[in-house]
Amino acid sequence: MIDTATEQALPADAVEAPALWRRWTSGFWRHAAPVVYGLIAGGVLLLILGKNPVGFYWTTLESGLLTWGGLMQTIIRLAPLLLMSAGFIVAFQAGLWNIGGDGQFLMAAALVGGLGSYMVDAMPYGLALVLLCVMGFVIGGVWTIVPSFLKAYYNMNEIITSLMMAYLGINLANLLIKGPLLTTTSFVPQTNVIPFDYLLPYLPGTKIHIGIIIALVVLAAIHYMQTRTGYGLRLRILGANPKAAVHAGINVKRDIMTAFALSGALIGLAAAVEILGVWGYVRADWNPAFGMSLFAIVFLAGLNVMVVIPFVFFFAVIQIGGHEAARQAGLPNDFLLLLIGLVLFFMVLTEWAREKGWPRMGRKTVATVSEVRAEEAVDNG
Amino acid sequence: MGGRGRETAPAKPDAATLVADECTQDLVAIELCDITKVFPGVRANDCVTFSVRKGEVHCLLGENGAGKSTLMNVLAGIYMPEEGRIRVGGSEVCIACPRDSIDLGIGMVHQHSSLIPNFTVLENLLLGQGKGVRLSVTEATQGLSRLSDLLGVEVDPSTVVSQLSLGQQQQVEIIKALWQGSKVLVLDEPTSMLTPKGIEDLEQVLVRLKGEGLAVVFITHKLHEAFTIGDRVSVLRQGRLVGTIEPDTMRASTPRQLQQMVVNLMFPGEAESLANVAELQDLSDVVGSGCVGRLGEPLLELEDVTVAAERGEVGIGEKLSLTLHAGEVLGIAGVDGNGQRPLAEAIAGQRRVSGGDIRLAGKSIRKLSIGARQRLGLRYVTDDRLGEGIVGRLSVAVNMVSKSIGSPPFWTRGRTHPERIEANAKTLVDEYHIMTPSVETQAGSLSGGNIQKVVLARELSFGPKVVVFNKPTYGLDVKTTTAVRSRIRQLADGGKSGALVISTDLEELLALSDRVAVLSRGRLMGIVSNKPGAEQEIGALMIGGTHVD
Repeated sequence: MIDTATEQALPADAVEAPALWRRWTSGFWRHAAPVVYGLIAGGVLLLILGKNPVGFYWTTLESGLLTWGGLMQTIIRLAPLLLMSAGFIVAFQAGLWNIGGDGQFLMAAALVGGLGSYMVDAMPYGLALVLLCVMGFVIGGVWTIVPSFLKAYYNMNEIITSLMMAYLGINLANLLIKGPLLTTTSFVPQTNVIPFDYLLPYLPGTKIHIGIIIALVVLAAIHYMQTRTGYGLRLRILGANPKAAVHAGINVKRDIMTAFALSGALIGLAAAVEILGVWGYVRADWNPAFGMSLFAIVFLAGLNVMVVIPFVFFFAVIQIGGHEAARQAGLPNDFLLLLIGLVLFFMVLTEWAREKGWPRMGRKTVATVSEVRAEEAVDNG
Repeated sequence: MGGRGRETAPAKPDAATLVADECTQDLVAIELCDITKVFPGVRANDCVTFSVRKGEVHCLLGENGAGKSTLMNVLAGIYMPEEGRIRVGGSEVCIACPRDSIDLGIGMVHQHSSLIPNFTVLENLLLGQGKGVRLSVTEATQGLSRLSDLLGVEVDPSTVVSQLSLGQQQQVEIIKALWQGSKVLVLDEPTSMLTPKGIEDLEQVLVRLKGEGLAVVFITHKLHEAFTIGDRVSVLRQGRLVGTIEPDTMRASTPRQLQQMVVNLMFPGEAESLANVAELQDLSDVVGSGCVGRLGEPLLELEDVTVAAERGEVGIGEKLSLTLHAGEVLGIAGVDGNGQRPLAEAIAGQRRVSGGDIRLAGKSIRKLSIGARQRLGLRYVTDDRLGEGIVGRLSVAVNMVSKSIGSPPFWTRGRTHPERIEANAKTLVDEYHIMTPSVETQAGSLSGGNIQKVVLARELSFGPKVVVFNKPTYGLDVKTTTAVRSRIRQLADGGKSGALVISTDLEELLALSDRVAVLSRGRLMGIVSNKPGAEQEIGALMIGGTHVD
């Protein structure tokens, strides 16, 4: 072992460049392959439905990415999706299953939307927007206190409690919109509308609101927190081995509470950005339910807030472009969810196959996950 | 299932080829030829040829990471070797999966229990059955009584496994391995979890199995066990088989000579530097380093401490008081599961005391958090290295600072300084001779001994006042054991710190400690100064403890 160990350290430097290239290309295919499989499967489905798959995909691409208007729409959608992903990643990396993202999102959305019109009337426009963003952030965080307190002090399963809080949140948000926050100016069950001029400002020369900038700054901050601070490391230890966290003297209760709250807060901020950037009001029974699709995406991105950006971008392209394509093809919007589902399904499948060492079956018969990880660690080293 | 045909076939043709082949051929139960198994960056097995005969115990010796377990996993069908052939009863076979291995009559007993704790003995045995849909309880009960007669042990089929002692659990494991009519039994470090009595019982069982014509492969890294239990001894080093001591030589040599042979094989060129390996030396020599009667300031004082038991374990039921002084190694002897872990965790702060007080350098720490106790210089080297000692997925470097997150010099105002963490790790890797490809390697991918060194490096590198060691050399090879023990002694010999060493290995405690406290059923039976004759005194206290019920 001594010899092999020292030998190993040397070639790592020597072959760094080709190894990097290999890793990059293999990484590309790893991410591109499931998309291709998913699109092929979706294409077969389209053929069965009597539609032209090539036309459908072209329209998706065109109206989601290749036209200026479509691209802007995609980037606008990216903002809440990225913030929400960051929220999930913070919790998941600490081993906390915040399943209740949609509840946190809607509670924040309802209050921001409901109180927004009063706030912009009552105070300077800039201050109101900042306060509303902070409000969304805080409400999202507050909505996690029950599950995180129960988890930290009574070790109660947060999957159940946060899911229950999501039910409460979604329905309470509707109750608020139909009750105390109901609009005074329209018969539609919704909140008051924040005047268009008082929404988040656009980036110069575009119709993209600054939410995307907020999202990218927040993501960079979270990335820094995770990789370059003691707090980030504590959360990683908590997620990787809670017993080791206790043994190492980490204040586990405090970290569970703060990580959960930060997760909810980021999701609340996503809601605030979406409401203040796009809608200006919240309609009753509105629930974009971003949470479920994002779960899969954040895991495929390895719970890395930087890696998640292209994944979420692709997701947004399908959401935006596919909407138009489905309309043109005369398909209901459900088809999009089906398509996204197929792509995610193949992503999970190829990830599983990769961990099994499946494409290299001939060379390496049986490789366990830990061996592959160990190999990666050696590669990195 | 494919193996079933292959299993029955060899028996008869074997008799025919017997005359043509060498005489010993019919005696060879299993033969591994030129096995090579490569893991990324490591040749875990390199052209290893190994065989075991019917009615013999073949001991496989080697350091941690020498490739012992890999070789046996090849036999068990868990790994497929890149090269090499396997012959069972003279005919070549292919073991592609564990099922094949079982069907060929190979029974494995792994280092860590594979029994389901909340199932009964019988249910655990029925699990491995896999024949047909219906489980025949009567048949199984008969099978169990037959096998327990064969082993000379008594097992109640309706006992829930978690209520058995580790030794009894292992007996059930052996029964499980023999359940399908195994002809070859592989025991992977079977004694590492056992008490001296348990080891004795195991020896008895193996003698009986040998008498039944079973072939036994016994993996260990304890030399004296290999000599008492084994008929033949093979030594693996860095994935290669470096030598085999044949039964004739075994019988003809004294234990000392055998030790010398094995040490030469295991550590060529370093034999001299290992002159002070504790296991190779008379105990009296090591005890000499102890400093009986020269006790410094009291560092850690336990006063009337009681600790509540958790889930079926033994807590500290009776008020326990003891004092650890500066410059002292205080050993805690006792059979595993007699309150050692509750005691250690209570001192470390991982568990609340239900009564009494704990003082560190005169100051009560009973109400302090784990982190606060660490900052006062109290460190705990856990016996659960993989479970809580390290975070396997994180790098060696990070694991070495995981108890000082947020504090300078590695963190300033919450910001991480990776270069300082890395430099610290590099220094420690050199100082503690940790074998790792790099400091960025995942700690979980290291061998057990190296993981323990990482843990020790972390605990000892920040000037601790009191270190509680819980089974510090459990499962380590001879060389690492020596290194760990000398670290512990050094810590105390500095005169400023003290060490509390909890161990089930009495030899270890006698080699290290100034005083030895005996713990039995959660009760402190007495404290003995480590002087000639202490062993008998401790033994008496331990036995006294078992009578108190």
